[in-house]
Amino acid sequence: MNNESPEPRSSVAPVIRLEGVGLHYGAIRALDRIALEIPAERMVGLIGPDGVGKSSLLSLVAGARAIQDGRVHVLGGDMADAAHRRRTCPQIAYMPQGLGKNLYPTLSVFENVDFFGRLFGHDRREREERIRQLLGNTGLAPFADRPAGKLSGGMKQKLGLCCALIHDPDLLILDEPTTGVDPLSRRQFWELIDEIRKDRPGMSVIVATAYMEEAARFDWLVAMNDGHVLATGTPAELLRQTGTDNLDAAFIALLPEEQRREHREVVIPPRARDRDDDIAIEAKHLTVRFGDFTAVDNVSFRIARGEIFGFLGSNGCGKTTTMKVLTGLLPASEGDARLLGREVDPRDMDVRHRVGYMSQAFSLYSELTVRQNLELHARLFRLASETIDDRVRDMAGRFDLTKVIDALPDALPLGVRQRLSLAVAMIHAPDILILDEPTSGVDPVARDGFWQILSDLSRQDSVTIFVSTHFMNEAERCDRISLMHAGKVMISDTPERIAARRGNGSLEEAFVAYLKDAIAATETTETAPAPQVATTATAKTHGAMHGALRFFDPRRMFAYTQREALELKRDPIRATLAILGSLILMFVMGYGINMDVEDLSFAAMDRDDTTVSRDYILQIAGSRYFTELAPITDYDDLDRRMRNGELSLAIEIPPGFGRDVARGSNVQIGAWVDGAMPSRAETVRSYVQAMHATWLAQRARQLYGNAATTGDFQLEVRFLYNPDIRSIVAMAPAVIPILLLIIPAILATLSVVREKELGSIINFYVTPVTRIEFLVGKQLPYVALAMLNFFLLTAFAVFVFRVPFTGSFVAFTSAALLYVIITTAMGLVISSFMTSQIAAIFATALLTMIPATQYSGLVDPVSSLQGAGAIIGRIYPAAHFVTITRGTFSKGLDFGDLSGPFLALLVTIPVLLSLGVAFLKKQAN
Amino acid sequence: MRSGNIVQLGVKELRGLVRNPMMLALIIYAFTVSIYTASRAQPETLNQAALAIVDEDKSPAATRIITAFSPPYFAVPRLISQSDMMSRMDAGLDTFALNIPPNFQRDLLAQRSPAIQLNVDATRMSQAFTGSGYIQSIVSDEVSEFLSRYRSAAPLPIDLALRARFNPELNKSWFGAINNIISSVTMLSIILTGAALIREREHGTIEHLLVMPVTPFEVMASKIWSMGLVVLVAASVSLIFVVQGLLAVRIGGSVPLFLCGTALYLFATTSMGIFLATSAGTMPQFGLLLMLVLMPLQMLSGATTPRESMPELIQNIMLAAPNTHFVIMAQAILFRGAGLGVVWPQLAALLVIGGLLFVLSLRRFRQFLR
Repeated sequence: MNNESPEPRSSVAPVIRLEGVGLHYGAIRALDRIALEIPAERMVGLIGPDGVGKSSLLSLVAGARAIQDGRVHVLGGDMADAAHRRRTCPQIAYMPQGLGKNLYPTLSVFENVDFFGRLFGHDRREREERIRQLLGNTGLAPFADRPAGKLSGGMKQKLGLCCALIHDPDLLILDEPTTGVDPLSRRQFWELIDEIRKDRPGMSVIVATAYMEEAARFDWLVAMNDGHVLATGTPAELLRQTGTDNLDAAFIALLPEEQRREHREVVIPPRARDRDDDIAIEAKHLTVRFGDFTAVDNVSFRIARGEIFGFLGSNGCGKTTTMKVLTGLLPASEGDARLLGREVDPRDMDVRHRVGYMSQAFSLYSELTVRQNLELHARLFRLASETIDDRVRDMAGRFDLTKVIDALPDALPLGVRQRLSLAVAMIHAPDILILDEPTSGVDPVARDGFWQILSDLSRQDSVTIFVSTHFMNEAERCDRISLMHAGKVMISDTPERIAARRGNGSLEEAFVAYLKDAIAATETTETAPAPQVATTATAKTHGAMHGALRFFDPRRMFAYTQREALELKRDPIRATLAILGSLILMFVMGYGINMDVEDLSFAAMDRDDTTVSRDYILQIAGSRYFTELAPITDYDDLDRRMRNGELSLAIEIPPGFGRDVARGSNVQIGAWVDGAMPSRAETVRSYVQAMHATWLAQRARQLYGNAATTGDFQLEVRFLYNPDIRSIVAMAPAVIPILLLIIPAILATLSVVREKELGSIINFYVTPVTRIEFLVGKQLPYVALAMLNFFLLTAFAVFVFRVPFTGSFVAFTSAALLYVIITTAMGLVISSFMTSQIAAIFATALLTMIPATQYSGLVDPVSSLQGAGAIIGRIYPAAHFVTITRGTFSKGLDFGDLSGPFLALLVTIPVLLSLGVAFLKKQAN
Repeated sequence: MRSGNIVQLGVKELRGLVRNPMMLALIIYAFTVSIYTASRAQPETLNQAALAIVDEDKSPAATRIITAFSPPYFAVPRLISQSDMMSRMDAGLDTFALNIPPNFQRDLLAQRSPAIQLNVDATRMSQAFTGSGYIQSIVSDEVSEFLSRYRSAAPLPIDLALRARFNPELNKSWFGAINNIISSVTMLSIILTGAALIREREHGTIEHLLVMPVTPFEVMASKIWSMGLVVLVAASVSLIFVVQGLLAVRIGGSVPLFLCGTALYLFATTSMGIFLATSAGTMPQFGLLLMLVLMPLQMLSGATTPRESMPELIQNIMLAAPNTHFVIMAQAILFRGAGLGVVWPQLAALLVIGGLLFVLSLRRFRQFLR
């Protein structure tokens, strides 16, 4: 595309200079002493098989990954230097590998681009202008309101490009931008890049790609293998150097001898036509609808046994859906599908044994090694256990996995993972293979090896293969292909005939022609209009530099705030759960944590059975604290009933009790309390003692007259703050701090860990956002949500539980604001240690629920705690906030009275935020 | 159904867990350090209760009362002035404030029955009652002993012999330790199964399983046995080494019987984890749902506060929760030394609840996979 590219400008300094760069992941060496200079203002391609270190190299150049060995100079500075990274990152744009990996699926197209614009500090007018232009240029304008998650693969890549280009970068880094993208979208993508380069000739572009025909149009190439650079130069130079006529061949020629030997040209022998009646896969008028969207529209085909049948089509045209129906993963809305002559039935285990399926995304267990994955599937498919070892070894050898047999899939490059998926799909020697884009992201050499295997399976073992692909040279190898668009099959025939009919012999031309026809025929809104070249005159102001050098820029921070809030808005279940959930919990806990011990079960063993003894028992039975159960018959009965927890209290009155009382001789009443629950036992004990004393006083009055009733002194007990001693008055205000801790903390933790697990954290690595902006920005929406929660909970306590509020509401609200800032910050600190969402949930639950309920004065005052619990209780913020809530609710206090806990909360905020900043990494390791 | 598949898939779950060092560390923390700290921190009902005394009499009788308060029940009382009393209570520094009026001794000896005022912070419910009871009996003891030097009274010779069974010293840390094991068991079993299922869906691996000759029943059963086993092992180790060993809690009954009960309980909670995961779409939703279910389960199971004092309705609703039965069973076996003859109704209830939850989850799980 750029054969008339600019003359080599020797005067321009190289944009990237690498010296002795090395990188390893554990024991695996990804890059080994790379030395390289990449010229500026060119379109530079990085080519090579999977796993040779292309992506690692690009992530180092982009500053997304920390440098281990060597020096990486980009745009005239050292990328190991944080100050230089901060200066240059507004000039670099990085689009990582994987379809839409750095996009936010619930945000619309416009909001995604807008978010990146804010990160680079553009003001609203400038952003709107730029977004309008970019979406217009890329043909995404009609879809501005569509969520990114609902875009097709090609559109996602274009959106990714828009996000990368919003800030006029000087260096554009694209990691396999067209992998998994259909030919038409791919073509439009490169046209778009050309337009942009024409407009901004000073921009350097560096692209990793697996498509050699794309690489042929670049200005300059770097061929890599096994962590080393094999050769550099223009495509023509490489061809001259190797004496070959195409880049595929040139690349293979550059490989070391032993690797070159492994490669053979794929030869697929013609298929014997005698078995065409033996139909393996059949679809009749298949239709699948999701709501009012028709994903597959009346599709029919028949695939004979041993045939290789190719499925081509634009992204999102229904290929995957059709395949899922055939495997029984999705039910068809209409029509029927048959495998091996049998109706597809998800319960039919027999057919599953004969089918191998490979889904588009890697769907094996990343926590198991390659060998464990293979073995697990061999066992699940019930291979005889003595053959499993051989079979696994055989498959590993066949798919070149022997070297990585004990590695974890996450450590392997995409292409190797695809080979593993295929090996797993074939481990049980199925009769039918259904492969959904099996070679996306796989390098040419591996792809050839892969197709050789498919050919052998088809021709020698009569395995029927149903495969979808975006590679035209693969489509040419199929026996028959179908072109699909918008749920419909446009044509189904042998590749040669299709190419001859429409494409002047080229299948790609034919494909593009059919697609364009279909698009023109259906509706114009779905089309991607040809890129309109707009002059980016207004964009010349180099707005990218706005605030980039500042440590704190509110605009960048609010970019994260706004995005987080949007995501929260798009997931109303989460917000509703957070709010409604707190109210439900408040209700349950307010009523449930009841410190008024009432209705305790007790029974008596009255061995006296006189009026006096009955009077004693009646006194206990008559109180509201105890409920009398059937009398105890003997000691065995007492033992049994206490052991099974039926009785909390047992009273034994000895024989002759009435007589002894009357005589005034010594007598002892026995009482047993169930000590299994100590707090309850304490209460029972104090009740019984009090009742005993009252009873004694009564008897004394009967015996000695009124003189005995006045005691020596009186103890006037005043229960302050809660004169009715209602449990709810004590508990409801103390429950608010717990709820304002647990829920905001878990939401804040997950908001960060989720980005890590799903990949969008990369935007934080490569944009000028500072750590504090990132953390505070993400925190703000959850603080707002928590404050809303706070008002609801307080209203609930006052109006539903009728807990009187006596203190200063302003003081209470200010304390709550400080407190929810702390609780969300705690979530952020926890998140910096966690990489998986499971561990994050567990850790947050563990680190919030237990201290909040046990060490914060909810039940036991902090001053009474012992050991480590006492220390935790003194520094844990919930404890201070409990003091404030109880103080303002029940004790009528104001700011002045609560200066101690306020100060503690104020001090905690900067401590937690600095911890969060200190632990958060601005680069991947 | 094939038991081979269930075993294989379960082994896969275990291997996955081993690959997550952070998760392992958290499990170990939850069953050792967390339990140890929590049970050590639990005070006796009245431990170091904060008491302040305003002595306006400054007589020998008053001094006698003041010196009677000593650790461990009460912190050494702080002598304060009348004017400080309210502000200190407002700030939560003192739970109790005792005010001995002027001329207390004189009135006492003159048999004028003087009044001592005791102010109690009733927002601290756990200490308010028992503490004032203690204070009342300490003060009366001291007063009557003081008076006995001057005159003799003849109280009724009826004695109340109060004994606490199963835990004679009412040692709260025993109770706390067992309680914390129960709550860790609940939390972990629900998180492990539920979050693992959501993770499989977010990573697309569940779909992959379903094109293989594996039924939803097998997938679910494998998760239940493997994660249940992890929790069971952790709980046993914790019970034997941390609770019996380090904390020296005397366990009354049979540990194997308790572990059998725990296994039944885990059957119920792991099924519940799967049920929650099928109801939640994403991990954040699951996290919230988890809290929504976990907190009431723990608070209302009878482990935190006695079941008897909850409203009737809540008591009945909570009979449907596995926690309630597990707590009853655990207390009976571990503290009261109850045997199978006593706890069989709880075991039966756990089996029924677990079975129902399993069937319900299996139905949801099948729909979830659609």
